[in-house]
Amino acid sequence: MSLTETQVIYLEEKANLIRQSIIEMLLEAKSGHSAGPLDMSDIFSALYFHILRHKADEPTWSERDRLVLSNGHICPVLYATMAHSGYFPVSELKTLRKFGSRLQGHPHREFLPMLENSSGPLGSGLSQAVGMAIADRMDNGKVNKKFIYCLLGDGELDEGQNWEAFMLGAKEKLGNLIAIVDRNNIQIDGFTDDIMPISPLFDKFKSFNWHVQEIDGHNMCSIETAIETAKAVSDKPSIIIAHTVPGRGVSYMEGRYEWHGTPPGISNVEGAPDKAKQGEVALEDLRTLHGRITSEHK
Amino acid sequence: MNLNPKIFDKDVEQVPIRKGFGEGLVLAAEKNKNVVGLCADLTESTMMHLFKNKFPERFVEIGVAEQNLASVASGMSAMGKIPFISSYAMFSPGRNWEQIRTTICYNDRKVIIAGSHAGVSVGPDGGTHQAVEDIAITRVIPNITIISPCDAIEAKKATLACLDVKTPVYLRLAREKTPVITTDETPFIVGKAQIFYEANKALLKKERIDVGIIATGSLVFKAIMVARNLEKKGIAANVLNLSTIKPLDTEAILNLAKEAGAIVTVEEHQIAGGMGSAVAEFLAGSFPVPIEFIGVQNKFGQSGTPDELIEHYGMGETHIMKAVERVVGRK
Repeated sequence: MSLTETQVIYLEEKANLIRQSIIEMLLEAKSGHSAGPLDMSDIFSALYFHILRHKADEPTWSERDRLVLSNGHICPVLYATMAHSGYFPVSELKTLRKFGSRLQGHPHREFLPMLENSSGPLGSGLSQAVGMAIADRMDNGKVNKKFIYCLLGDGELDEGQNWEAFMLGAKEKLGNLIAIVDRNNIQIDGFTDDIMPISPLFDKFKSFNWHVQEIDGHNMCSIETAIETAKAVSDKPSIIIAHTVPGRGVSYMEGRYEWHGTPPGISNVEGAPDKAKQGEVALEDLRTLHGRITSEHK
Repeated sequence: MNLNPKIFDKDVEQVPIRKGFGEGLVLAAEKNKNVVGLCADLTESTMMHLFKNKFPERFVEIGVAEQNLASVASGMSAMGKIPFISSYAMFSPGRNWEQIRTTICYNDRKVIIAGSHAGVSVGPDGGTHQAVEDIAITRVIPNITIISPCDAIEAKKATLACLDVKTPVYLRLAREKTPVITTDETPFIVGKAQIFYEANKALLKKERIDVGIIATGSLVFKAIMVARNLEKKGIAANVLNLSTIKPLDTEAILNLAKEAGAIVTVEEHQIAGGMGSAVAEFLAGSFPVPIEFIGVQNKFGQSGTPDELIEHYGMGETHIMKAVERVVGRK
């Protein structure tokens, strides 16, 4: 089952709205991460507006799919997507990182109980997702009534705990578990190849006995097809390596690791407009796109 | 208190505290179908095999991966399970402290962390396996309960009681055989400390006791022996079994401090940050009295027999006795 052109345009427009919200949130917060949230907006749009079984008006619905965000620092994309899905008012997004806000700098269930997990310290989300998938198997056997999704960063794979979880997931044959890695090739200190080479990822995951796919993480049809393929794999967990462009959609941020942990508007970065203009230019870039993703509409 | 009537006999029965955990876990699993057990390749040593044998479908072998152990349990808790995880205290909560802090406590997912082989009495394995820092590193975490049972029977009751505790729990267990102090009839309530030895004030012709000894875990027995021997020296000492270290039973500690005017704390743990520190933090702010601390003094453990090590690190009966004399002299 692949997406119709109307569905693709709908999801791309949602992704574009999410990106605009991310920029607006970060401008207001004056701190936070830009590149990862922007590059994961297409996947979040596909998940929340097409793939996930969830109910915004009943966040604790027991039969919902679970989405575990392991790299908590990209939470602006999670918050923006949840708001646009109806979990809470879009106007609340501007409270990000402010005192008393439900939208903590890194996700915290105590403040926003509708989250599946608190995160920030890297490398422990996949373990939690594995635990959820094991518990679901205990209750429902091998019939996949719900799926457990885990979103990871690529830099985060430096953390050894991930590999403990990869081994356990394969040992337990968790066909109800689908992990997606944001392969944007950057981390805070630089490019992943310079900081800690993790390639070849495909071969690594395959040797850990996971079902592995590689996709363009900005192509709605690829995202949807890969997840549907992963759902059909019943005897092992699946992982999708989503190749993304960090900072996607904002011209001066694309491909630059400097924007990993920097919001627009507070510092002059090489290749970017003056800091006073960064917000305006970013929003102009996004509004001009109007949800058009080149890989879909050429 | 319905304590073991044979407690002062030379042949008092001795059972490892961790065995009480193993038996208690089976009872908890029989009582609640959501109980699951996870272990990091130490199933028999932590006595989780009793549970595994009876409920194999509710057991998960994690392998030697304590960080994964903690976070997988968090995920299972999120799905409605009541996970008990076991390993040696040095590895859990030692190795996986941040996972316990973030994915269990901060995340508000109830998991029961059973840390066996706490203290130097682990013996021949040596210092790498002797957790004497575990109370310090867990009690600084918000949203956790810490229970340190004094014998196997109390450990069994504590394990079962974990079902009704709202927060994550650290259950501190010891490896070696420990004299059985309590009986099935001894009351046990999480968060309640109890006087396990009351000085015979009439015999000593005293209106008040001279010292309060607050002990936890495997050394409660020695504290009781000391209190009894002190009567021969004319010193009246009560022993408070502080089995729940967090939250502190401040009422029981305050009452003891008010009556005795001097406190000795006894634990198989570093003095820095341990149970004694918790008691001192409370009393310093509410009713300051002289305190002496029995525990490990800024040292790592080593190989030896449990008795040799307890003596070497200053936690024997003579050390407790001397600490009592010192603190009484400071009043």
